[in-house]
Amino acid sequence: MGLIRDEDAGEIRQRLKEMVNPVKLVHFTQELNLEYGRETQQLLQNLTELSDKLSLEIHNFLLDKEKVTEYGVDKVPATVVRDGMDHGIRFYGIPAGYEFSTLLDAILAVSRGDSGLTEESREKLKRVVSPLHLEVFVTPT
Amino acid sequence: MRLAQQFAVENEFIRADCIESTEFPELAGMYRVYAVPKTVINAATSIEGALPEGFFLDKVLEAVEPPAPAESS
Repeated sequence: MGLIRDEDAGEIRQRLKEMVNPVKLVHFTQELNLEYGRETQQLLQNLTELSDKLSLEIHNFLLDKEKVTEYGVDKVPATVVRDGMDHGIRFYGIPAGYEFSTLLDAILAVSRGDSGLTEESREKLKRVVSPLHLEVFVTPT
Repeated sequence: MRLAQQFAVENEFIRADCIESTEFPELAGMYRVYAVPKTVINAATSIEGALPEGFFLDKVLEAVEPPAPAESS
């Protein structure tokens, strides 16, 4: 049984129609010691079934060392949202509740290749020319 | 969270992690996350709460840019 309700699936499918370029969710997990590991993987599987432009790649955090290093993932469950390139967007933990809609926004922004920010913000962001790491802590709602 | 991700899409130097505090209590504890959202910048400074786009960006930039030198007279 899926984690996305039928009535929500239709709405999500509709939103995902706004996708332009294909997006891949790269998911890292492990079998043991993860409170919501199975649910997270199931949720992502259900989600990626809702659009042809969305795909899912799953890696084992303990075994796929090469990918873990490539994506710089240091904890699980972890989900990378990427297209042809890695934009540095990661979700750690289950993207449920409010964060599910944040995940959809991330997918759409990456797919469009457009941040949706104001011109003023885009201009200011050009000043960032060295690595900047933002870790946003949230709670399930 | 959306803003941090939008910044990451806009600028290749920026990484944005969305972290579920309850699943990573040690990390949340280390950064003293008592209320959410809380944005930790380069593992050093932080912004509490959700701010409008312009304010949030200014705070982030303030945290990573050295203060402008005072005007010499």
